[in-house]
Amino acid sequence: MAATPGAGGRPPAPSVRLDGITKRYGAVVACHEVDLVLHAGRIHGVLGENGAGKSTLMKILIGLVQPDAGHISVGGDRVDITDPTAAGRLGIAMVHQHYSLVDTLTVWENVVLGDGAALDRGHARGRVTEIGERYGLQVEADALVGNLTAGQRQRVEIIKCLRREPSIIVFDEPTSVLTPAESEQLFAVLRRVVSEEGRTVALVSHKLDEILHATDEITIMRSGRVVERLPTADATAARLAQDMVGRPVSLRSEAAALGLVVAVADEARRSEAADQIAAEVASTSAAPSLRVRNAVVVGPDGRRLLDGLSLDVRPGEILGLAGVEGNGQRVLADALSGLVALHGGTVEVNGTAVRTDRPGALHAAGIGVIPEDRHDSGCVLDMSVAENLLLAHPGLVATRGVLHRGRMTARARRLMAEFDIQAASPDAPMRSLSGGNQQRVVLARELAAEPKVLVAAQPTRGLDVGAIEYMASQLRAAAERGVAVLLVSTELEEILSLAHRICVIFQGRIVGELARGEATPERLGLLLGGVAA
Amino acid sequence: MTDRAAEVAAALRADALPRPAPDARERLAGRVRALLPLVALYVASVAVALGLCALLVSSTGGSATRVFSALLDGSVRSPGAWGLTITTAMPLLVVAVGTIVATKAGLVNIGQEGQLLLGAAGAAYVATRLEAPGPVLLAAAFASAAVIGALWAGLAAIMKYWRAVPEVMSTLLLVFVAGNLTNFGLTRKWLLLSRARVVNNTNSGDPLPAAARLPKIHAFGNTVSGGVLLALVLAGLAAIIVNRTVAGFRLRMLGLSPRTARRAGVSALAYGGTAMLVSGGMAGLAGGMWLTSGIAGDRFTAGISSNIGWQGLLVALLARDQPVAAVPMALVFAGLRTGAGFLSATGVERRIADVVQAMLVLALLVPPAVRAVQRHRAPKAAEA
Repeated sequence: MAATPGAGGRPPAPSVRLDGITKRYGAVVACHEVDLVLHAGRIHGVLGENGAGKSTLMKILIGLVQPDAGHISVGGDRVDITDPTAAGRLGIAMVHQHYSLVDTLTVWENVVLGDGAALDRGHARGRVTEIGERYGLQVEADALVGNLTAGQRQRVEIIKCLRREPSIIVFDEPTSVLTPAESEQLFAVLRRVVSEEGRTVALVSHKLDEILHATDEITIMRSGRVVERLPTADATAARLAQDMVGRPVSLRSEAAALGLVVAVADEARRSEAADQIAAEVASTSAAPSLRVRNAVVVGPDGRRLLDGLSLDVRPGEILGLAGVEGNGQRVLADALSGLVALHGGTVEVNGTAVRTDRPGALHAAGIGVIPEDRHDSGCVLDMSVAENLLLAHPGLVATRGVLHRGRMTARARRLMAEFDIQAASPDAPMRSLSGGNQQRVVLARELAAEPKVLVAAQPTRGLDVGAIEYMASQLRAAAERGVAVLLVSTELEEILSLAHRICVIFQGRIVGELARGEATPERLGLLLGGVAA
Repeated sequence: MTDRAAEVAAALRADALPRPAPDARERLAGRVRALLPLVALYVASVAVALGLCALLVSSTGGSATRVFSALLDGSVRSPGAWGLTITTAMPLLVVAVGTIVATKAGLVNIGQEGQLLLGAAGAAYVATRLEAPGPVLLAAAFASAAVIGALWAGLAAIMKYWRAVPEVMSTLLLVFVAGNLTNFGLTRKWLLLSRARVVNNTNSGDPLPAAARLPKIHAFGNTVSGGVLLALVLAGLAAIIVNRTVAGFRLRMLGLSPRTARRAGVSALAYGGTAMLVSGGMAGLAGGMWLTSGIAGDRFTAGISSNIGWQGLLVALLARDQPVAAVPMALVFAGLRTGAGFLSATGVERRIADVVQAMLVLALLVPPAVRAVQRHRAPKAAEA
């Protein structure tokens, strides 16, 4: 599928040209003299790690961010894109990573949202159906967006974007919420809008697989600069990985961090003989540290967010909970954090039932949690690093209820050294740390409490390759020390490379369980879509 | 849990020894440097406000210099003025400290005016009905003031934690209920109304016995209420509890990130409810102190709260929720209050005096707002 020539086979004219784009945020250079040329009729992949500057570049193209230097030309004319409306007039549209949809409105209402003109229900519904049929993006025009799956929501987002007939479309990390099958469908749509309609598509991603698979040409960014441009036909995974990370990488050991599903799966099967035995001994002989039985959580709208979910995690084991986003992972992690009380079912730690409705009870019972959204329940941004390393355990540095500054600072320095946390000082506000370092603070705090169970929910989301590797090694080490690790992730690569055993969650219940050796991307893919394997 | 905590504690003990603070002086210098732009901002915005006031006064045919001079006379220059200002700052500070405790827990208590009024009523009731020797009577009056203020705020806490009624609404609306309650009390002799024959149309309580008056300190020709010391102690205690204790740590965690706090075992009901009670109790106590200070007359009247509660709320806001910073802010507000009172006594139209006061309050609100905007922008810039 790679390297389809442009419409008509002749070299296409550049439809968008970014020249010398520079954007600084204080001392941080997000983009440094970046040149990028997008051609009509081609899919252009923009590859880079988190923080490489690719999102900033696309925000500049769409008018959300103004560059400090450089200029943009569309169709040969120099333009000034001051805001997204101006970008819209130039035919530039973006499908965002995080959807901008209103749950309580229907699909067609969401699609016309923001239109100035009077609403024409019949016309709007017709357009939704027509665009859906043209691109194979079927979705019920009258359905409530709140009831749709993540994949269907993305279709709505794409329809919303295509309805304005843009000539240039930017997709920002579009597959993070999709099953493998849905990703395939999406790429088919992309192929269609470029080859049949001559539009320009930019696909922004940090996953090697999809860049190799779905694009015609590639620009690789690292630390705000373009480090390589090449046709996809000339690209190999190894070369892309090295350019992206800036050092030679092992496709085998770091495949998960690079987004290479197949390599990970192969690796998992290859190492099966060695460590699966160990894992299986551990998993069959020991009693589970964490036992969840028939957990039920009913949402405010009456939907069953957890629908009789049961799972066991044994000491020394990493159980991977795979699933497409929005199938109850978040609620499960919240329930295990004591943020959501179960409406039915039980949680047991080492055989003892724990109340989920009492603040701190699960934490006190020995469940450590690295939450999916660390800003939501993992840390307090307006407290210092030292304070964030305490949270549940201020008593450790207090005498008769009075905090001891010196002991607090000393403890923070020790943990900062042990977990390599980069911060100006223990007194620095948590807010001032980078995402990777914030995540390390959360990890350090949870591990310092010596938990029996560690729940890691999307622990590597938004981190760069180095930080992902670090997190993976810490999770492995925790398991080796006998901690029962529950790894909740939407990234198949991560699950396949780390987990000893894999459960798949779909609509609030476990629909399948696979040993590490028997997990293939195909089987997992079917389970993720709710098809029993 | 205790086993585990002990283990963790043991593991940490080796590193737990305090390190000397070699750079204490440097840190202080750094702090002062960091404060300079803020101070400049305050000076600039007050100057702008004064300029606008001068413009207003001269355009309405008055003399700006006379107005400002009167403001200064009333607040500090004339004989006895600064003593009056300091005593006026006392209830403002106590209200502000209580407000800060609630704000730290993430609660928005804006019902201090009513809590203060009821506190004053409670103090008046005990002071005029109870037979007891001096200090005991005063202590009983204060205790009653604090308890009634706490209960009044407690109503809002009950509604919040039982039925999720926003405390912003409930505390505010309870102010008006409190006003009507005290008005009713002032029509019944078994409640607040004076048992002596009513001499004029204004309903009021019995005069307070001498034993139920706060002692006064005389210095340099000024008279300052002894309650000021109590107010300062309360501010200091609040600063220590909030910033230096485990309870304060958990309270702040609750205020800054309720979900993180819940996971860490902080019960919103226990900590938030307590903060609300403390906040109401402080406002009630401020009412008792104001009543017995002698400045607000010698007996309970319906209008005794006279905006002390609202202004205390503003003091907390301007002190950016730091109990220590509330001390100078309370003085500034007290100065505006006494100054404006004097201003209207000199014949300047009352409304002009009010406008001048409001302009200065707005000017004091500008720097924290600018700071907040800067802080809001900084992390955004750091992200990408």
